[in-house]
Amino acid sequence: MEWVNAVVQGILLGGLYALFATGLSLVFGVMRLVNLAHGDLSILAAFLLVAIVDATGLDPWIGLALVVPALFVIGYVLQYGLLNRTLAGGELAPLLVTFGLSIILQNVLLEVFTADSRGLDAGSIETSSIRISDQISIGWFPLVTFIVSIVLLSVLQLALSRTRTGRALRATADDPRTAQLQGIDNRRIYALAMGIALATVALAGVFLGMRTTFGPAIGPARLIFAFEAVIIGGLGSLWGTLVGGIVLGVAQTVGAQISPGWGVLTGHLVFLAVLATRPTGLFSRQVRQ
Amino acid sequence: MSLLSLEAVSGFYGDFQALFDVSLTVEEGETVAIIGANGAGKSTLLAAVAGTLARVEGSVRFDGGPAGGLPPHARVRLGISLVPEGRRIFPSLSVEENLLLGAYSGRPGPWTVSRVYELFPLIERVARTPGARISGGEQQALAIGRALMANPRLLLLDEVSLGLAPIVVGQLYAAMPEITGLGTTVLLVEQDVSQALRAAGRVYCLLEGRVSLEGRPGELTSEQITAAYFGV
Repeated sequence: MEWVNAVVQGILLGGLYALFATGLSLVFGVMRLVNLAHGDLSILAAFLLVAIVDATGLDPWIGLALVVPALFVIGYVLQYGLLNRTLAGGELAPLLVTFGLSIILQNVLLEVFTADSRGLDAGSIETSSIRISDQISIGWFPLVTFIVSIVLLSVLQLALSRTRTGRALRATADDPRTAQLQGIDNRRIYALAMGIALATVALAGVFLGMRTTFGPAIGPARLIFAFEAVIIGGLGSLWGTLVGGIVLGVAQTVGAQISPGWGVLTGHLVFLAVLATRPTGLFSRQVRQ
Repeated sequence: MSLLSLEAVSGFYGDFQALFDVSLTVEEGETVAIIGANGAGKSTLLAAVAGTLARVEGSVRFDGGPAGGLPPHARVRLGISLVPEGRRIFPSLSVEENLLLGAYSGRPGPWTVSRVYELFPLIERVARTPGARISGGEQQALAIGRALMANPRLLLLDEVSLGLAPIVVGQLYAAMPEITGLGTTVLLVEQDVSQALRAAGRVYCLLEGRVSLEGRPGELTSEQITAAYFGV
């Protein structure tokens, strides 16, 4: 039963990883941009909420409604003002710029918030759980995280497949030059994609901050997990991202069940195994010319 | 006032010059064809009008206003739509989604999805199929339909007949009178000279990036055209 419990906890943890990975996948899918500051931006969102809660005494759940739009705006401006300029400079330029951004963010957070670990108080939901049996109980908070990730992916999937803007995003991902010939302004579509990505990253960062403590330097580790979830699931597939997150989460919790120190390592090993056997991921999009 | 006027337009791909001082006018309601051999600069000329050519010198004016510096998406909003060479259908979007995307600019006008289906019944049958999975003829009809969805004043057609069976080319060109009948001006590039002469009211011939001949199909002799085409 301990093993079943490890798998259940791993699946729920996968929801959190999917939250981290969705934005990364979206941005790569639409504009072939790898955002190395992705993890740090999620930590920025968490610290932003800490600052709001400290300053106003607001409930973190209500503060979340401020942080998500704030990160959307940051993403839109970041892409429109800075990253769009790097796209013309080949594949290396955006990598270098976002790498630099990652270092700047870590140091600014360190300067403003010190190196102390911080946490966000989600209230009684953090400790309450549903008992299934003696060995298995499902925490409310991981369950809410998982449900939020499913709702988020459903909304994104629906928006991408049904709306005019969603069509424009997919068309730009397919063929940006031809998309321009349909009257689409690529720069705005890219900015919108980054805005949406950072809004999802804000959710991820805040849920992480409610689940565990965090400091200014943990962003890059979050980026690695997000990368692994995206690669395992397959680039360009939203639901693949959830599956990738779950595979990674289960690998980590089952690994930790074998030996407490093995959790993260097992996750990496499973990722490498998928990369070796199915390099395009489990759910990569097949429709290509 | 001409709908489109190019004055001394030169076009470049990097250091390579593909167009040399090309001047050309298209009046509203006209159908004008550009003919010429491979590499004569026909597609480059359309790219200069649509805004997809990175470096253009000279004046490109549309409806009296300067259009030269505008990005492609802004020219679509003005009413210039390009059917690109090679169709460039969005592979992961369905046929119908490709059409709906054509209307992204929101220009008002007569063209709707159902109207395009009436014009090209062959693509209504594959409306839900991904763009990557339809035949070349269906892709070409879709590419034209997608451009029409923007309700353009000037429709640019690049190599419609390329790689298609003659019967399919015939079907596509049979739709032209209905398109021009709604007042749409057409500037088309065609390798098939006889097809171009049948479809157009006026032709320009390009030779090595320069205009070598201009006139009405009925007034040009085949010797003139051959000379302008091959430069002999």
